Amino acid sequence: MATTTQTDSASAFYKQLGRMYGTYTGGFIGFVVLLAILEYVGVPNRVIGYLFVFFTLAVYAIIGVMTRTAQVSEYYVAGRRVPAFYNGMATGADWMSAASFIGMAGTLFLFGYDGIAWVLGWTGGFVLVSILIGPYLRKFGAYTVPDFMSYRFGGNFARFLAVIVLVAASFTYVTAQIYGTGIIASRFLGMPFEIAVFVGLVGILLCAMLGGMRAVTWTQIAQYIVLIIAYLTPIVILSTRHYGFPIPELTYGTAIAEITARETQMVKDGLAVLCTAASCPAGALKPHIQPFFNYSPLNFFGIIFCMMVGTASLPHILMRYFTTPSVREARQSVAWSLFFIFLLYFSAPAYAAFSKLELYTNIIGRDVSQIRPWMFTWGELGLIQICGKNAASLEAVVAACKAIAGHPGVLRLQDFVINTDVIVLSTPEIAGLPYVISGLVAAGGLAAALSTADGLLLAIANALSHDIYYKMLSPNAPTIRRLTVARVLLFVVAVAAAATASTRPTDIIAMVGWAFSLAMAGNFPTLVMGIWWKRATTAGAISGMIAGFGIALFYLVVSRYFPGFGVKYAGMTSLLNPVNDLPLVDIAKAMALPNAMESFPTLAHPMANKVGWFNLNNINVGLLGMPLGFAVIYVVSLLGKEPSKEMQAFVDEIRKPRGRTVLQEKD
Amino acid sequence: MNSAKDQARDDAHWKKTTNLMLIHLGIWLFVGYIIHMFVNYLNFIKIPILGFPLGFYMAAQGSLIVFVVMLFIFARQQDKIDREFGVAEDD
Repeated sequence: MATTTQTDSASAFYKQLGRMYGTYTGGFIGFVVLLAILEYVGVPNRVIGYLFVFFTLAVYAIIGVMTRTAQVSEYYVAGRRVPAFYNGMATGADWMSAASFIGMAGTLFLFGYDGIAWVLGWTGGFVLVSILIGPYLRKFGAYTVPDFMSYRFGGNFARFLAVIVLVAASFTYVTAQIYGTGIIASRFLGMPFEIAVFVGLVGILLCAMLGGMRAVTWTQIAQYIVLIIAYLTPIVILSTRHYGFPIPELTYGTAIAEITARETQMVKDGLAVLCTAASCPAGALKPHIQPFFNYSPLNFFGIIFCMMVGTASLPHILMRYFTTPSVREARQSVAWSLFFIFLLYFSAPAYAAFSKLELYTNIIGRDVSQIRPWMFTWGELGLIQICGKNAASLEAVVAACKAIAGHPGVLRLQDFVINTDVIVLSTPEIAGLPYVISGLVAAGGLAAALSTADGLLLAIANALSHDIYYKMLSPNAPTIRRLTVARVLLFVVAVAAAATASTRPTDIIAMVGWAFSLAMAGNFPTLVMGIWWKRATTAGAISGMIAGFGIALFYLVVSRYFPGFGVKYAGMTSLLNPVNDLPLVDIAKAMALPNAMESFPTLAHPMANKVGWFNLNNINVGLLGMPLGFAVIYVVSLLGKEPSKEMQAFVDEIRKPRGRTVLQEKD
Repeated sequence: MNSAKDQARDDAHWKKTTNLMLIHLGIWLFVGYIIHMFVNYLNFIKIPILGFPLGFYMAAQGSLIVFVVMLFIFARQQDKIDREFGVAEDD
């Protein structure tokens, strides 16, 4: 009887959610149509941009405030009643960051086939989440990932290590998201970047602070709906227009064939230089569908592997599966998550293909005096360069190209440089779509950045408030104080991240990829062995975490910040150019320079990020850290005594979905 | 404490779960990595009508579709195993 009423109320709740988000989606589409009408009757673009950004921010904030809570379990795990389907959507928004929304299509545009490593890497990891880790952590009943480490591996030392890994992986990541909100808001609203960053910050805080996980969940669903509509609309229009069929994911095959044909033609006409092993100057043509021009096979598969395993180790993703009503739904929810993520990721190559075809057919080969004016807005910002100069105006372009000896007067491929972020943001303009579509894309990018930032901030602040404050420092704190501390910490971390972002730290942005390798080296072996191997001991897990995370951190920091030291004392050598297998830097020459042993050099330093072991890009250091972690856990565990009977019974318990969660937190 | 019978049931449940895990990891390894090692050969094959070279298509879409589908199937299969051994949650 009790179960039937529970099921009834659950399905009523589900229906109500469907009605709510259905209305919301309809309302959003109506809003876009309304703005399109406003544009048609002559409302200026700037006003439309503002309406888009502020309306969507206001909706997220309203959801955030309405779902505020004073209950600990609501704050940390949304009361564990988020249905699989909706949690999938929330995870989709949590997962897809500013980099996925804005950057990925650009990477695919630039790198062609090699860029697909990111598409594969950022999707396949969910297989590992579902099979190896997520549902078991749900059965355990933790509030945070460090909770599990502490229970399984002998207390607060393991907890503390897990918090370090979590913060190391999440803080740079969240800074990059806030930076992303700043970029989008400043480009579309024309406000100064530093102010735009703090507008983003307010948006984030309004969503997350009062309601914790509960509020973040319901806003992330709303944000997913905005971001997916925004991402798909421009390419659906383009696909319909060019190929008469509204599914771009199917029609871009034709575009790819056209690109390949055009590549051959351009080389024949002297409009492009083909990149070959013998000679591959800057700006040379790398055929779109051919592999291993940008990454060596080792690094190509390394990126796929590190991103996949990193996905399964990132705390802000794992904690989303703590919120489902059951273990069964946790598994279904991972499948839904990947489905919703897939919708965006399998469309990104279409963006890349359409943009590339446009570039190759309508821009390259055109007389420099006939350049289309949409480029100049991006050129002014330094995001498009023609003939080595920012393409700020027609006169600037013509003058710059004239200055090049022997320039034929028509645009060649090597004359054209475009920042990868521009691809998605400029597609509506290139296609000559109304401004309302550009505004929609901006709102989508903002939703992607905000939702990921919310999830990451919550992960960091929860680890600090729940693990460090409540579990380690003040286990008797009353509920009110725990929640207050959680909110204050959330605020402090958010402000710190925004302050860092407002300094435009180029390094931090580049470091986002590091998060995956760090999380993978520190968390993955410990989580997997903790669940799948009863014999794993506390000593094994702790030494494994230190070894794996330690080597990853060492490799990243040395190859980026102390390259001279790495060469001299750690046996690092130059990475190889994937096109011709020659060293990227002449190490002997670079080591003879006066700045060879300089610490914390800029990226312009000849050896920064260009040295390493086994020709392994530092972003792929998880390939060293993870196996080391597994090996150390295995060996050290076998050297010690087998874990207690109680601990083994605990492992048995989390393997069975039935029954209460192992950990029962008091509210 | 578990009785011997319970323990035997748990072990059998875990053995089946482990097998399922290995099968899915195998598929994951195949579509995530192994197939892409042959991209240059697969690119000789063009998908009819759509026009994609097969190697490119598998990386850009094919593998992704397999990941999504296998996750739904996995959720179902694991649930079936849990029910078979009486360790599934109540509906």
